[in-house]
Amino acid sequence: MIIEEQFSTGKSLVHSLDPRVKIIVAILFSVVVAVSSNFLALLPALAVSLSLIVLAKLPMRKVFYRLLLVNGLILFLWIFLPFTFKGEALFKIGPLVGTKEGVLYASQITVKCNAILLAMIALLSTTPIFTLGHAMGQLYFPDKIIHLFLFTYRYIHVIFQEYRRLTNAMRIRGFIPGTNLHTYRSYAYLVGMLLVRSYDRAERIHKAMLCRGFHGKYYTLSRFSIKMGDILYLSLMLTAILGLVILQWKAIA
Amino acid sequence: MHISEGVLSAPVLVTGAALAAAGISVGLKKMGYEKIPQVAVLSSAFFVASLIHVPIGPSSVHLILNGINGLLLGWLCFPSILVALALQAILFQFGGITVLGVNTVTMALPGLICYYLFGKLVNREGGLLSLAAAFACGFLSVFFSGILVALSLLFTEQSFMSVAKLIVVAHLPVMIIEGIITLFCVAFLKRVKPEVLGGIYGKGP
Repeated sequence: MIIEEQFSTGKSLVHSLDPRVKIIVAILFSVVVAVSSNFLALLPALAVSLSLIVLAKLPMRKVFYRLLLVNGLILFLWIFLPFTFKGEALFKIGPLVGTKEGVLYASQITVKCNAILLAMIALLSTTPIFTLGHAMGQLYFPDKIIHLFLFTYRYIHVIFQEYRRLTNAMRIRGFIPGTNLHTYRSYAYLVGMLLVRSYDRAERIHKAMLCRGFHGKYYTLSRFSIKMGDILYLSLMLTAILGLVILQWKAIA
Repeated sequence: MHISEGVLSAPVLVTGAALAAAGISVGLKKMGYEKIPQVAVLSSAFFVASLIHVPIGPSSVHLILNGINGLLLGWLCFPSILVALALQAILFQFGGITVLGVNTVTMALPGLICYYLFGKLVNREGGLLSLAAAFACGFLSVFFSGILVALSLLFTEQSFMSVAKLIVVAHLPVMIIEGIITLFCVAFLKRVKPEVLGGIYGKGP
């Protein structure tokens, strides 16, 4: 099954933190890094998120593979940016002139992107999605969004089973995808069938919920408690983020 | 068509987040609690459907389906797409927290536009016109998404011009495929379960 929470189980320090703390830190860190532009702030940020990954004791190979997958767009930018940026010439490939500014800009984006990605893996992906949902609820995210988030995740697995059943049936009947109208039509019908089945299922779910007295409130059994370690971690991370802000701000001034 | 973290500038990110927040709040207001299971299960269906890779020549593209999402959900496509993108960010790290707003807008806004442009036409009794509208819905939703991605890159940095152009051009085959898929999907739904097509609040916009 491809939809799985690869990093959510573990016994590391990061895994045992209060999910609310993790969400707050992840949001603050991402925002600060995303608006930073100076290497003096970005490189320490990358170091911070790398240390988070180490603390989370995640399998390095899997993390690396994940990074590789999501760096596609970045790679794409590397092909273009050095040549489309105006500035001092740094190198030449045939008629193309690569500029120093272009290379710097591309490296800036690369560092930024990976710093945020690593922090997200270390903080958010180490929390089970349902726990994240409940934690977001306690952080006063809109109720309906939380319901939608939890329900959608819950049913992705069910619909995925449905999808597997349909594609298996197609395969048994000798379906080989290719670049032709038959393939596109078959896939369209597959999507249509998924929609029909989920429509029917939603109706059944709603009725079942009504039977059990649902009136727009989602009760949760998970209670979170802030421990000493959480406070320590939160203040440490807030200091680090503040440090990044100062580094960036000093660079501008 | 995700933009990764760290690429866009602060003004673009803030604009995206503000627009997304506006769309989402309208969507949430229109989504009563009784609609949540339906929207959620449809969102998961779209999530799963976007994992389908359709072959095109030697390579393959994955389905986006924001056109038909808009067609079925109207304004509710904003919360639906937000949640799907958030899950993708957490599960696969495609996109992320700070670009969530921009990515939601680039996906959901075209869906909403197509809902208003083609919702009525698609729901018409039979005929070529309704099929043409379905094709246009799939085609244009991806086209508009491409344009929005290109715009957010351009507003970040002028030098993104060639990248932005390439992104739109590279999505041309995707637009055609999405058009064809949407056409057949609509035709299928009309025959099998027309009430799905009627949209989440009944008969079109």
